[in-house]
Amino acid sequence: MDQVANYLFQIGFSFSIFILISLGLAVIFGMMRVINLAQGEFLMLGAYFCTICNQAGIALWLSIIFAALAVGLFGMIVERLLIQWLYGRVIDTLLATWGLSLFLVGGVTTIFGPQTESVAAPLGNVPVGDFGIPVYGLVLIAVAFVLLAAVYAFWRYTPYGLIVRGTMQNPKISAALGINRSLVYMLTFGFGSALTGLAGAVLTPIVGTYPTLGIAYIAKAFITVISGGHLPLLGTISAASLFGTIDGVVATISTSVAGEMTVLFVAIVLLRLLPLGITGRLNRGV
Amino acid sequence: MLEVRGLRAGYGRIQILDGIDLSLAQGTVVGVLGHNGMGKTTLLRTLIGELRAEQGEIRFDGADVTQLGMHRRARRGIGYVPQGRDIYAQLTVMENLKMGEMVRGGASAIAEMIEYCPILEPLLERRGGALSGGEQQILALARCLVGRPKLLLLDEPTEGIQPSIVEKIQAQLQALTAALGLTVLLVEQNLQFIAALAERVLIIQKGRIVTTIAPEQLHDKAVVDEYLGI
Repeated sequence: MDQVANYLFQIGFSFSIFILISLGLAVIFGMMRVINLAQGEFLMLGAYFCTICNQAGIALWLSIIFAALAVGLFGMIVERLLIQWLYGRVIDTLLATWGLSLFLVGGVTTIFGPQTESVAAPLGNVPVGDFGIPVYGLVLIAVAFVLLAAVYAFWRYTPYGLIVRGTMQNPKISAALGINRSLVYMLTFGFGSALTGLAGAVLTPIVGTYPTLGIAYIAKAFITVISGGHLPLLGTISAASLFGTIDGVVATISTSVAGEMTVLFVAIVLLRLLPLGITGRLNRGV
Repeated sequence: MLEVRGLRAGYGRIQILDGIDLSLAQGTVVGVLGHNGMGKTTLLRTLIGELRAEQGEIRFDGADVTQLGMHRRARRGIGYVPQGRDIYAQLTVMENLKMGEMVRGGASAIAEMIEYCPILEPLLERRGGALSGGEQQILALARCLVGRPKLLLLDEPTEGIQPSIVEKIQAQLQALTAALGLTVLLVEQNLQFIAALAERVLIIQKGRIVTTIAPEQLHDKAVVDEYLGI
């Protein structure tokens, strides 16, 4: 029984990691079609903001919120200075965001050094038979579910969500209907950045904070969003569920490296069988 | 309501509009006719602000809007239904309509618009991309009109629509213009359609308005041959 509980926890934990690291990219790449190679560094910045706030004496939960807001603001600045000139120019966007990624890693390494900073994971463990399940891991799973529900509801049921969905489909006609598309793009990029910053902040008590943190997650995030297909949220949920289950099971019975390799293998097979991704044939949804 | 003086615009080095002058009084429906490539669509795209005016002036409701962006012109009351309709294919009909009134304050005009366009009522939960061409055209029109524009720029609403549906669109437009007192600048190649709706017709050739004719003259083969070569 405790073995089953441990499996379920590992699957839920892996799922929550996939959701957290992919949600921001689902907005920025899935909806806006911006290939942001600095996405991992946005996550790293979230981790640093959270660590700095926490080390300054601010409570962890408040530090996480500050980090999300700070990275969201940073994302809006990046969109204004860099991205807004590159919409529809895929290669230029790749180069520019790759450059931004190198700049951010270099800048953070120069300022904070290459060592890993840490924030203590709060809340301790809860014993389940022979196993100890970290309560912070359970909180992470809850955060992922709450975030998913909140983002889905925001996108699907609010006027701003409708404006974004419409504007990303057809920015010209949105402008002809009086919508300031430039503002919508900036806010949406900022929203996606904030989600990524939040992911970095909530992950930092588990994985630590270091300048190359983003590199460990950017590939997983892109694989999840691309495998999900053209419906960014439903696609990300379905791909994260699949990959999270595989990663959780394989990592528990073998190693975390084996889990990641299996996920990559499954993603390749999936995209071979479903070139448009899991939601490629669906017409409805977000 | 709309005054255009010496308007020049184009695409890069290719100049399409070469000094357009026109004026529209409130409540009038004016047609624009011309061959392909003469500047009809470019004129509408420049008036809504999708293309920058290189020279000239556009005054709307007494104010110079030449330098304003597309969304600012729309907010001032210029509505635009582009060629090809540009429906949000992934959004439902209802969501398309909601997008039309997103920036307008006050009570929703969607229910009223559905009364004017009853064809949309059973389709409200259907995706825009799943509608027929005629249904999409009515939706594009309704989506624009729920924003209560003072001026409607309408680009080839009959393009790619089968003749029986064109008649329905024509009837729908006539009903809407009468009920809402719309001012319309209508670009169209369908002579019968434009003759039925417009009070006068501007003939555009090589980026200039060369003459204005009465809609009845479109039944005169000599006039049509002279200006349109059809």
